[in-house]
Amino acid sequence: MTEALLKTARDAGIEDIAERVLEGTRLSREDGVRLYGADLYAVGALANHAREARHGDRTYFNVNQHINYTNVCNKLCRFCAFQRLPGQEGAYVMKPDEVADKIREQLSEPVTEVHMVAGIYPKLPFEYYLDILRAVKETRPDIHVKAFTMIELMQIARRAKRPLAEVLPELVEAGLGSCPGGGAEVFADRVRDLGYDKKNTGDEWLETARTVHEAGLRSNCTMLHGHIETIEERIDHLDRLRLLQDETGGFQTYIPLSFHPDNTEWSHLPGPTAVDELREIAVGRLMLDNIPHIKAYWIMLSIPVAQIALGYGADDVDGTVVEEKIYHEAGATTPQRVKRAELVQWIRDAGRVPVERDTLYRVVWSPAESVARVGEAAPVAAAR
Amino acid sequence: MGYDSAAMIESAHTSGGGEHTPPTPGPEPASAAVDRRAIAGTFDTPSGRRPQDWSAPLAAASAGDRDVARIVHAVEEGQRISAEDALVLHERADLTTLGRLADLVRQRKHPSGVVTYIIDRNVNPTNVCLTDCGFCAFYRSPGDVDSYVLSRDEIYGKVAELDRLGGRQVLMQGGHHPRLLSEWWGELISDLRSRFPRVNAHALSAPELDHFSHFEKRPIEDVLRDLVDAGLGSVPGAGAEMLVERVRKIIAPKKTTTDRWLEVHRRVHEAGLRSSATMMFGHVETAAERVEHLQRVRDLQDETGGFTAFISWTCQPDGTPEEHLYPEKATPAVYLRVQALSRIFLDNVESIQTSYVTQGMKMGQMSLRYGANDFGGTMIEENVVSAAGCFHLESVQRVEHLIERAGFMPRQRNSWYGIVDERADAPARPADRLEAATHAAAGEGCAVRAAGAGAATGAGA
Repeated sequence: MTEALLKTARDAGIEDIAERVLEGTRLSREDGVRLYGADLYAVGALANHAREARHGDRTYFNVNQHINYTNVCNKLCRFCAFQRLPGQEGAYVMKPDEVADKIREQLSEPVTEVHMVAGIYPKLPFEYYLDILRAVKETRPDIHVKAFTMIELMQIARRAKRPLAEVLPELVEAGLGSCPGGGAEVFADRVRDLGYDKKNTGDEWLETARTVHEAGLRSNCTMLHGHIETIEERIDHLDRLRLLQDETGGFQTYIPLSFHPDNTEWSHLPGPTAVDELREIAVGRLMLDNIPHIKAYWIMLSIPVAQIALGYGADDVDGTVVEEKIYHEAGATTPQRVKRAELVQWIRDAGRVPVERDTLYRVVWSPAESVARVGEAAPVAAAR
Repeated sequence: MGYDSAAMIESAHTSGGGEHTPPTPGPEPASAAVDRRAIAGTFDTPSGRRPQDWSAPLAAASAGDRDVARIVHAVEEGQRISAEDALVLHERADLTTLGRLADLVRQRKHPSGVVTYIIDRNVNPTNVCLTDCGFCAFYRSPGDVDSYVLSRDEIYGKVAELDRLGGRQVLMQGGHHPRLLSEWWGELISDLRSRFPRVNAHALSAPELDHFSHFEKRPIEDVLRDLVDAGLGSVPGAGAEMLVERVRKIIAPKKTTTDRWLEVHRRVHEAGLRSSATMMFGHVETAAERVEHLQRVRDLQDETGGFTAFISWTCQPDGTPEEHLYPEKATPAVYLRVQALSRIFLDNVESIQTSYVTQGMKMGQMSLRYGANDFGGTMIEENVVSAAGCFHLESVQRVEHLIERAGFMPRQRNSWYGIVDERADAPARPADRLEAATHAAAGEGCAVRAAGAGAATGAGA
């Protein structure tokens, strides 16, 4: 097994990297850059090894729903098709009651998580954010609220006129359970200046994530790839995530996000293809040796790529979603929801064991006793 | 009594076909469907379980499987594998292993890293069909309000448009129409050939040819001779569905039988024509039956060498008459598994074509690393699969981008898998039907039997 892996790597010119992966040595930035130039199979096989060493055949999913509470935003990111200016046609802000209605619509479904992210609308007061959290929890007390990307948290603190570290406990009290990983884009200043110069810098994103983790909250992390960034800038991004994770251990999952060009200011760019997406999953698994999970987010990847990615380093496929707006505005043609049984079938057909998890990777359901006990945290082989 | 409507789905892929059903069985009213369902429930499958019980082997857990390791080694050594071993791979090898092996075999056969595609168009001259396949959403019975037969002018218009776009092939199939027989088709093909000499007529699946033979009460050889004289250039592999009688009796009971499908292709190859072979899976068949199908294709290929390519796709049951008969659609991982297996097992078939029409462009691209070396046609028109709610047509530019990003060189080809591309530095071989029949140019082990080729040359002259 190891032999075959080394041979594959040798043929691809990355035997030394394979040896480091096998012995558990952290890959350098230079290694990371080389992974983009090597044969996809070899990189995928290495990533698969790293994935199976941590998770065996386990593949996680959850039953969740998305709520994008407003599409009004003042950040004008060029890659975004979701944003609207205040008063622009199609602009909306959900009142707390409307957020509650969205939750109520799904009460008959076994939803365990609501994923709530949106644009930056400066007029929303601090209380609004508390109110929507409360609205969710009052409607469905046992649901886990995973809400607010780092830029939203920065905005919330700004509106509260207090440091984020002080504000977070109030958000938690109102119902916040953890934070998603979106909005990291690519940390490099060059890319930010060209693409999203009104948004937080990479350093600010990382500093905010540090604050979140220090407040005892878990979060995810992401990278938006396939637009104008270079390979070196991707590796730089991954390395900075890895360093923060060494410090805080607060990231649960890394999710490479594919740039979707339709209806954005960057619609002339082709966007990543399926093989690019598989490689990004694999590189993420290999570089981020201290982040437990790699997610193949099916909404963006399409079902086929997400399913196949389970052999390229991914161990999570996100959830049932219900209603997704951000990527569908940018031309994603995936369905907006999928039945739980379908998710289970994809995972099984990929040769993996489906495990339903909650947001914090505690097992909600698993087909085999040997895989994980319900209610326990998902087993993760020692994340170095 | 075969006649295929299954061919139509394929035709969506390989070409279009028109087929009819035979006169004799007569109309079988609604009860037929009910019977079929009963059959589906009572047949024992070879492995003793229902196809939907098939489940993929656990990837990490199966890594130590010794049988798999032995077979993997055999494939790496370039050996042919038996049907039994193929079944072991199908049921017990993880997808990563299958993909690696298929990629290895693809690389041996196509070391240049070229991935081909063809600019083509499907024209389905009629949707009238007597075969009543329950998985087909395209066909109509004679007299149905939305049944159609395209006029000559409509067909000319479609092919003229293709010709202007630099198209090399028109894939023509239809339903098994009771009156549109070989004479009608021969005239059509002859007219098209004289008007658009650059465009090859890739037409008439085996069940359609069989339909002509049956209705015209004359041997298939005679039917083929007339059509070759008229200018038929190659034959699509449609209508194979599953070449296993148990399965055919359930999904396409009125269509050409397994043996007859193979016999027609044998005669096609002997007549100096190349054809493709196909398989539609993901319905009521078992894993063992998929392998059985592959075995039949490989056996005939050993005999004739006339198959250019093998194409598999998954049943698209949405909106079809017997949607209720079919379990859930096979998921992408199963598609890749079967495609990879076909690349590994069919060591004597030169090309494996992906089915982006049913699988989508993302899968089309990924499948290039799971054994496929051909992207199929750009299909500026397709009617059959799209009738089943599946519609993925793409521009040449997009196809080339996807092939390049996957690490391959995109090249346009003709119907005989000769490369016709200004970027190619070698002459296109085979360039036409005669060259395809008389040279083994399309690849190792693909020499059509000499006698057949000679006869074809004679007939062509």
